[in-house]
Amino acid sequence: MTKMNAACVPALLLALVAQPAWAKVTEIVAGVGAEERLQEALILAEPGDEIVLGAGRFDLSDGLSLDVDSVTVRGAGMDASVLDFTDQQGAGEGLLVTSDFVTLRDFALENPKGDGIKSKGADAIVYHRIRVTWTNGPDAGNGAYGIYPVESTGVLIDGAKVSGASDAGIYVGQSRAITIRNSIAEANVAGIEIENSRDALVEGNVVTRNTGGILVFDLPDLPVMGGGNVILRNNLVVANDEPNFAPPGNIVAGVRRGTGILVMANDGVLVEGNILSDNPTAHVMVVAYTQAYDDERYNPYPRNVVVRENMFGRGGDDPQLEGKEGLLAAFGGALPPVMWDGLAEGETGLTVVPGVAGWSLNLPAVGKGFDGAQPAPLAVPAPTYSFAADSVGAPAELEARLNR
Amino acid sequence: MTAKQIIGGWILGAALTAAAAAMAAAKDTPMPVSEAAVLDGRLVRNLSEFGFFANARAQVPNVDVTAYRLNTPLYSDGAEKLRFLYLPAGTVAAAQGEGLLSLPVGAALIKTFAFGAGDQRRLIETRVLLHRADGWTALPYRWNDQQTEAVLAVAGARIAVVTPQGQEISYRIPNKNQCKECHGLNGEVVPIGPKARNLSHDWLGGMIAAGKLDAMPDHAAQLPLWEAQAQASPKAAARAYLDVNCAHCHQPGATASNSGLDLRWEQHDRQALGIGKRPVAAGRGSGGHLFDIVPGKPEESILVHRMNNLDPGVAMPELGKSTIDDEGVIVVERWIEGL
Repeated sequence: MTKMNAACVPALLLALVAQPAWAKVTEIVAGVGAEERLQEALILAEPGDEIVLGAGRFDLSDGLSLDVDSVTVRGAGMDASVLDFTDQQGAGEGLLVTSDFVTLRDFALENPKGDGIKSKGADAIVYHRIRVTWTNGPDAGNGAYGIYPVESTGVLIDGAKVSGASDAGIYVGQSRAITIRNSIAEANVAGIEIENSRDALVEGNVVTRNTGGILVFDLPDLPVMGGGNVILRNNLVVANDEPNFAPPGNIVAGVRRGTGILVMANDGVLVEGNILSDNPTAHVMVVAYTQAYDDERYNPYPRNVVVRENMFGRGGDDPQLEGKEGLLAAFGGALPPVMWDGLAEGETGLTVVPGVAGWSLNLPAVGKGFDGAQPAPLAVPAPTYSFAADSVGAPAELEARLNR
Repeated sequence: MTAKQIIGGWILGAALTAAAAAMAAAKDTPMPVSEAAVLDGRLVRNLSEFGFFANARAQVPNVDVTAYRLNTPLYSDGAEKLRFLYLPAGTVAAAQGEGLLSLPVGAALIKTFAFGAGDQRRLIETRVLLHRADGWTALPYRWNDQQTEAVLAVAGARIAVVTPQGQEISYRIPNKNQCKECHGLNGEVVPIGPKARNLSHDWLGGMIAAGKLDAMPDHAAQLPLWEAQAQASPKAAARAYLDVNCAHCHQPGATASNSGLDLRWEQHDRQALGIGKRPVAAGRGSGGHLFDIVPGKPEESILVHRMNNLDPGVAMPELGKSTIDDEGVIVVERWIEGL
C-alpha cells in the first residue's frame, strides 16, 4: 500500500533482499476446503513466504486477497493450476493484491465475475506466466480487466495470456515504471491498455483478435494524470477485428473494430519495430481526447508521438468509419497505415520517419467528433523527439525475480 | 413517532442495558476486559478471550464497554447490528470536529451481526477493531451454532441466513483482508462508524458526563436518523447514505480511489460526486450508461444501476451485502431526481 515515487524503488528493493531466513513454503492442494486453506494462507503469510498451488482446479465462491509484502504465489503452470471463479458469489475481482514486492506466477484464473487479478497500490509486482481466461469467448457479460495493476510503481508482466476481457486484457492504470512483454492478449475489447501511466515499455507481445490491439490513453478527472514516455516496440499486432463488445459507457466502447495501436492524448509515445497486419480500420491511430471534459489539469492533445520504422501489412481496407466508401475510393481501396485526427498543439503532435504513409482527418477542434473533417494524406515532420530506452520499463530487480 | 422520541427511547434502552450490565457485574463480578488481548499482537482465537461482554449471548456489555448506534448505518442485508466501544478505564476519547472520535491505544470497537428477533435471534458474527500500538487491527469472529462462543475466522465464511424481508441468502463473513478493504485509508486500518456527525448529541453528552469524551465535538450538521429520513431533506438523506455506505472506499486514499469518485459527506464538487462523471474502470458495471449520476435521471445513472444489482462484478458495494437495499435505492433515486 505504500505510495512511493520512482526514486524510492531502489531503497525499498534493498529491503526485499533482506528476507528473513525462516521464509516458509505453504502448499495448497486442490480439493475440499481449498478455498479456505488458500485464503487463510494468503492472510497468515509472512514476508518472504511462498504459497504453492498444486495442480488441479480450485473452485472459488469469493474473491481472494493478499495484503502481505514480499510473498510469492506460485502454481504448477498456467494450464495446470486453475483458480475457477465460474461460481463466484462476491467481490469485485478474482484476486486482489494490495501489498508490495509480490510475485504471482504459473497459475490461471478462469471466469472471474469482475476483474481477474487487480493489484492496487502494489509496488514492485511481478506477473509471470499468468493466464486469465473468460472461457465463453468475447461477451459483454465478461469481467472488465484480466490483469489490472493500478496506482503502482514497478510492474513487470511477462509471459501472460489473457482473453475475453470486456474492457482490456492487460490494463495498467495510474502507474509508473512498467514492462509488459512476451504476453498474449487475444479476443478482448482492448488487448493491452496503458492508461494515465508513465515510463512504460510494451515489447514482444502478440496482440490479436481484439477490437483494438494496444491502447495508450490519458484521461481527465483521474487522481493520477499526465501519461507518457511510453515505448511500444517489436509487438505483433495482427487481425484485431473483433466487433466491440464493451458495455457502453466505458471509454473502450468507443474503440473502432480493427484498430491496431491507438494513442489518445499522452506526452511521448514511440511506435517502433512492430509488425502490424490485418487491422481493418487503422494500424496506428493517433487522436486527441474525444469527449467533453472539465479538468484544468488535463491536456487532451497527443504530444510527441513518434512513429518510426514498423512493418505494415494489409490493413485499413474495411474501416469502421463514417464515410467509409468515399474514403476507400479516395485512397485507392485501403487507407494508409497511420491515421491522425490532425489535432495538436503546434508541431508537437505526431511525427513519422520518411516512408511511413498516413492520412489525417484535419479536424478543426477538440471534442467535436468528426465534424468538419477534411481528410487528406498525412503531412507531418520527421521526428526530432528522442526517447531514452532506459527511462522506461520495470526496475531490474523485478526481472531478477523471474529466475528464482 | 418523532425522531426525538426514537432517540429518547433508544437512549433509555441503552441505559437499561448498561444498568443490567452493572447488575450483572455486581452479582457475578465478571473479569474485566482483557487489556492484553486487545493490545498484544496475537490473532486472538476466541472472542471470549477479550471479555467485552458480561453476557455475550445476550450482548450485555462488560464494564468500560459502551453501546452506541449510528444515525445512518451501513446496510448489511438487514442484519441487526449491535455496536460497542471499549475504552480502558481512565482513558478518554477526543473530539475531532465532525469526524471520527480519536480513540486511545487500547480501545476497541465491537460490532455484532444478528438475524432473527426475540428468542429466535441468532448471532452470526462479531467484528472487532483493536487499537494496538502499531495501529488498528480488524478481526472477524464467527459464532458457533450453540451461540456459546465466536471463533476467529481469518478466511471468512458463508452462512445461510434468512433476512428480515424473508430472503434466504448466503451471508458472507468477510475475511481479515476484506476488513481492510473497507477500513483501509492511506495504507492504514481506521475505524469508519463513530464519526461525531453520525452519533447522537445525547450519546455524546452521556460520554462526556461519564468522563469518557473530552468535549462536545464542534460541528454544523448531523447525519439524519435513518428511520426518520422521510423527514430529512432528500439531499441530506442521500448524501448521508452515500457517506456511510460508499465513501469508505470511494474517497482519496481508499480502496476505490482510482475511480476518482468521492462520495464523502464533506465533498461538494459535483464531478467528484459523480454528477456528469464518466466511469473509469466500471466494465459491465456501467450497465450501458454513460455517467455515474445523470441529474433528474436515476434510471440512467450508473450509481443506481450498481446499487440495484446483485451480480458480483456489477454490485456495489462489492463487499458486505448479498441483497439489494431497496430503501437505500429509493433515497438515492429521490435525490438524483431532484438534482
